[in-house]
Amino acid sequence: MSALLAVSELRAGYGAVRVLHGVDFSVDEGEVVVVLGANGAGKTTTLRAICGMIDGQGRVELAGRQILGRKPEQNGAAGIAHVPQGRGTIVDLNVVENLRIGAYTRRDKEVDADIERWLSVFPRLGERRDQQAGSMSGGEQQMLAIARAMMARPKLVLLDEPSLGLAPIVTQMLFRTLGDLNREQGVSMLIVEQNANLALGIATRGYVLETGTIVTSGSADELAGNDEVRRAYLGI
Amino acid sequence: MSLFLTQLMNGIGNGAIYASLALALVLIYRTTGILNFAQGEMALYSTYLFWYFTDRGMPVIVAILLTVVLSFIGGAMIERVVIRPVENSSPLVLVIVTIGMFLALNSIVQVQFGSDIKTNLPRAYPRHVWRPGDVQISTDTLVLVGVLILECLVLYLLFQHTKLGLAFRAVSSNPESSRLSGVPAGRMLMLGWALAAALGALAGCLVIPTLGLQASSMQSILVFSFAAAALGGFDSPVGAVVGGLIVGVAQSLTTQYIKSLSDIVLVVPFALILIVLMVRPQGLFGTRRVERV
Repeated sequence: MSALLAVSELRAGYGAVRVLHGVDFSVDEGEVVVVLGANGAGKTTTLRAICGMIDGQGRVELAGRQILGRKPEQNGAAGIAHVPQGRGTIVDLNVVENLRIGAYTRRDKEVDADIERWLSVFPRLGERRDQQAGSMSGGEQQMLAIARAMMARPKLVLLDEPSLGLAPIVTQMLFRTLGDLNREQGVSMLIVEQNANLALGIATRGYVLETGTIVTSGSADELAGNDEVRRAYLGI
Repeated sequence: MSLFLTQLMNGIGNGAIYASLALALVLIYRTTGILNFAQGEMALYSTYLFWYFTDRGMPVIVAILLTVVLSFIGGAMIERVVIRPVENSSPLVLVIVTIGMFLALNSIVQVQFGSDIKTNLPRAYPRHVWRPGDVQISTDTLVLVGVLILECLVLYLLFQHTKLGLAFRAVSSNPESSRLSGVPAGRMLMLGWALAAALGALAGCLVIPTLGLQASSMQSILVFSFAAAALGGFDSPVGAVVGGLIVGVAQSLTTQYIKSLSDIVLVVPFALILIVLMVRPQGLFGTRRVERV
């Protein structure tokens, strides 16, 4: 039995600058795994390497199959949905069109029904069906980016700092929704976050990334009780 | 009054050509963010193909269709072979690449087809002038405007009512997120160039027989088309069409009414553009980006 996503010895960077120096972790079916780390630790780079937006060496296996070296659109079609940091929406398209793009690789006839479903999961989006994504608030855009990712019926959702730039109350609602999605739909998630408190609240397991390597790992509870983690990331 | 209306009609006919090429410029600008200075010479090459086919005895309509199809394929290949390797370079590099293509295509047609003027281009339709009242309306105007309307309709249906068009718009707006959703961005960019080349080819096949074909035939047309696109806003297809018509009409009325400017017809349309752009730098229909973060 192998993990849904297994990352081993992942090395990646930008040009001559090596950011990841051999990263190992895994996400099992149905899990929410959170990767904590400070600015510049390599969190975003990890996600970008997994989905093929930058080159990497090592192994990244999705359900046992090496996916490193594939293009982002191939990984998108293979069931990895990535909600990139900050600008996950297609700003010139309206809400419904964004969701339709999310379902681009699907060939079934339930796309329209799914769009209605996600618009009811996120009622704020339902009220703004024809509004251009670029004119919505940060929180609404983040909801839309997540709904768009879900439209692909992904096996795994990668979320890059979903709380970035959002008001605390919006962030709380966002993580509650993510938790619900995981419980009710069984979607596996890999979340990288600086907001450790909320992320650990919905996570099964977690890792701590420092300057391009994993330094600590454990269950969400263990990490939340770990003194170093508490000092560095929970602000306690 | 009838003279005015006649010139207005002529202007609309010319404007339809500028609008077609301006649409092609907008398609490429929206997808690859490039001002394609080679657009006119791409159309020039297509028109030489058209001449070559008809010179070998091919029926005119068949020759136009074949030229448009070959240009569609050629445009896609140019994106893949010439543009793709430099697509992430600085805007300056991209401008230089398209200017290089401009010079290359211009030289290639002269080497391949000869530098003499081809005057034996057949017309796709008989030339006829109607005179309702005293106004003169030629088949040229009607055909050019009809083709423009058809082009707009096809593009509208493609972009607003097909999954392919949606994917195309998504890639123009945010290539990265589109790719993450599984949209093959590269193929959409090829589609943009292919459509632009096909539009240029159609415009060339229709307008050049009235002008005579030589290596410099498309250059003044391209200048007016650039003006049209700048006037309408480089990211707006509607703007391209309206801009094209305005430039065409301004040009023909100037020639008619301001004798002292009839030798320098470029002045009035460009003065007009200057004024518009001083007030609205993004063009009449261009979007100033308003985004909340």
